[in-house]
Amino acid sequence: MPMQLWLIPILPLAGFLINGLFGRRFSKGIVNAIAIGSVVLSFAWVVKTLLGVDLSHPYSEKYFTWIESGAFRVDFEFTVDKLTAVMLLIVTGVGALIHIYSVGYMAHEGGYYRFFAYLNLFMFFMLTLVLAANYLVLFVGWEGVGLCSYLLIGFYFDKKYCTDAGNKAFIVNRIGDFGFSLGLFYIVTHFGSLDFQTVFAQAAAKPESVLTVIGLLLMVGACGKSAQLPLYVWLPDAMAGPTPVSALIHAATMVTAGVYMTARSWPILTHAPAAMQVIAVIGVATAFFAATIGLAQNDIKKVFAYSTVSQLGYMFIGVGCGAFSAGIYHLMTHAFFKALLFLGSGSVIHALSGEQDMRNMGGLRKKVPWTYMTMMGAAIAIAGIPPFAGFFSKDAILLAAYAQSPWIYWVGTITAGMTAFYVFRAMFLTFFGEYRGQGHPHESSPVMLVPLAILALLSICGGFLFRIPEFLASVFQQPEVPENTVLMVISTLAGVTGIAVAWLMYIAKPGMADAFAGSVKGLYTLVYNKYFMDEIYAATVVNPVVNGSREVLWKGVDVGVIDGAANGVGDSAREIGGVLRLFQSGDIRSYATWVLFGSVIVIVAVSLAGGIR
Amino acid sequence: MAAVPISWFLTLSAVLFVTGAAGFLFRRNIITVFMSIELMLNAVNLSFVTFAYQFKKVDGHLLALFVMVVAAAEAAVGLAIILTVFKRRPSLNIDEVNSMKN
Repeated sequence: MPMQLWLIPILPLAGFLINGLFGRRFSKGIVNAIAIGSVVLSFAWVVKTLLGVDLSHPYSEKYFTWIESGAFRVDFEFTVDKLTAVMLLIVTGVGALIHIYSVGYMAHEGGYYRFFAYLNLFMFFMLTLVLAANYLVLFVGWEGVGLCSYLLIGFYFDKKYCTDAGNKAFIVNRIGDFGFSLGLFYIVTHFGSLDFQTVFAQAAAKPESVLTVIGLLLMVGACGKSAQLPLYVWLPDAMAGPTPVSALIHAATMVTAGVYMTARSWPILTHAPAAMQVIAVIGVATAFFAATIGLAQNDIKKVFAYSTVSQLGYMFIGVGCGAFSAGIYHLMTHAFFKALLFLGSGSVIHALSGEQDMRNMGGLRKKVPWTYMTMMGAAIAIAGIPPFAGFFSKDAILLAAYAQSPWIYWVGTITAGMTAFYVFRAMFLTFFGEYRGQGHPHESSPVMLVPLAILALLSICGGFLFRIPEFLASVFQQPEVPENTVLMVISTLAGVTGIAVAWLMYIAKPGMADAFAGSVKGLYTLVYNKYFMDEIYAATVVNPVVNGSREVLWKGVDVGVIDGAANGVGDSAREIGGVLRLFQSGDIRSYATWVLFGSVIVIVAVSLAGGIR
Repeated sequence: MAAVPISWFLTLSAVLFVTGAAGFLFRRNIITVFMSIELMLNAVNLSFVTFAYQFKKVDGHLLALFVMVVAAAEAAVGLAIILTVFKRRPSLNIDEVNSMKN
């Protein structure tokens, strides 16, 4: 019996269409009912489907043949296996919670229906991406979520920095997508198909060089979407969008699409160890690099944005070290605690009427107790303290990294310490000490707090309740990683140390942080300014492209060659016409003269040629 | 009866045609120009009939009849135009009928 998988993405799409087309005339209640209802129904259908399907092997539903050309054929086909099941539950579950939260957060914002319409559209594309049974359908979802990301980052489109951030996200993602589409072309030329099953079945038989190239190209795509070095620059700016968007798209779901895609492509990657190595190195470099930037940011959302980049780096380490299930494990726990951190920071920002600078916060523990408590759960989870969720998944990744190459483990452990430090720095600056702001903070409404509470429960229990590595063991063929209690203790200690240092610097001796920053002034300036990466990109990539476009392409090629050619054709036509015009005197007898003249010439010519025979 | 040589007819036709052409080119009065056109048409008709007689074929006669029909139609239209032109301006000088110019 077919499971009607298409209902899962179609429900949010229907919500998008209804709200998008008619939402302007609806009351907020109706918009809420449609937006949240569609996502909750979608979640319910996911649960029903997963209960009704035997997940031990992939279950596919084909709807129609999309492209057929000779032997090449792409079907519009959805598939469900265990990996998809995990992603579906994360996307619809966390997505539904964030939709509910948004009702409270967006209550006073303009463009209410537009926000929910975009959010529903995002859900549609994300679910398409996750359900896809071949690379092309996945690519449709992939581009669609990019579009929604762009729309929602630029949601406050009357502010220039928001639209700039949207453009930046879109353009940087294009670079990654360019690599991704090249990878797809390469798959087509070598496998003759884009279908996951077909491609993966043949992967082992292909030469390693081909698989390495494909793996690297797919990785470029994943680097763009999942904000890895060197394409991570869009994600911190993406925080210009509303906070629920940061939580849903730029923390929990869309940015993890790259991890999902690489994990999905595991049969290719396992036969391309060089590509895996590159992924692991990029992951660890990003994790470390972004964590250092996170140490010195003052905007609460920026801290969590760099934290997201850093945690995505962890997932890449997992994938790159062959621990695909650990990468997905971390993807899930990260979806819980990072969504919670963002929603919590949104609750704080909401309470302070838009204040995002942590220097103007402080002492909020008593004023917004529920937000504080739930966020604390997430903070402990991301710091990797057992038995919170982050501990299990981070540990699974680090153990796999140690088995692969120990230096990645050590860098990852240092990063874990820094992670604990910057998250608790944010917590201490926000919730402890004296209140340094002007306004009157107020706790958020229950509609925002209930999703926070649920996510807090998941952040606390999600790690040991959902044992993803065991669940996915049958999906991936990956090396056994031996348990190693010593390493586990070391990485946990790194987290504890980070918390302790943060406590020391921001609670016990509040002046210490500034003194420390002053003592390493050069380094601090460097980190505070995000290593001047935006400036470096502006100088090396953006400005040359902009100036080259302006000076060469616009003023040179467009004005000179293209306009020149068009004007030249026009001008020469006019000149020739100017000569011909002299014949068109309007004087009837001159016409007659020309006719006579012409006839004489014709007759003479014919006679000279010997007449008509 | 001694037949009139064919060249006489053709010479007459040529003379008529040249007269018509010259009138068309050098006269300024529209009516005269119009008559010159008729003259040229009839010169051509004469040639047609001559050749039809010479080669004992009916084609020439047919074409001559066609030309006469066309000439009649043309005369009707042309004279109507001339009348309209004369209504709108005081002279029939062909050089002054140039409102399409510029």
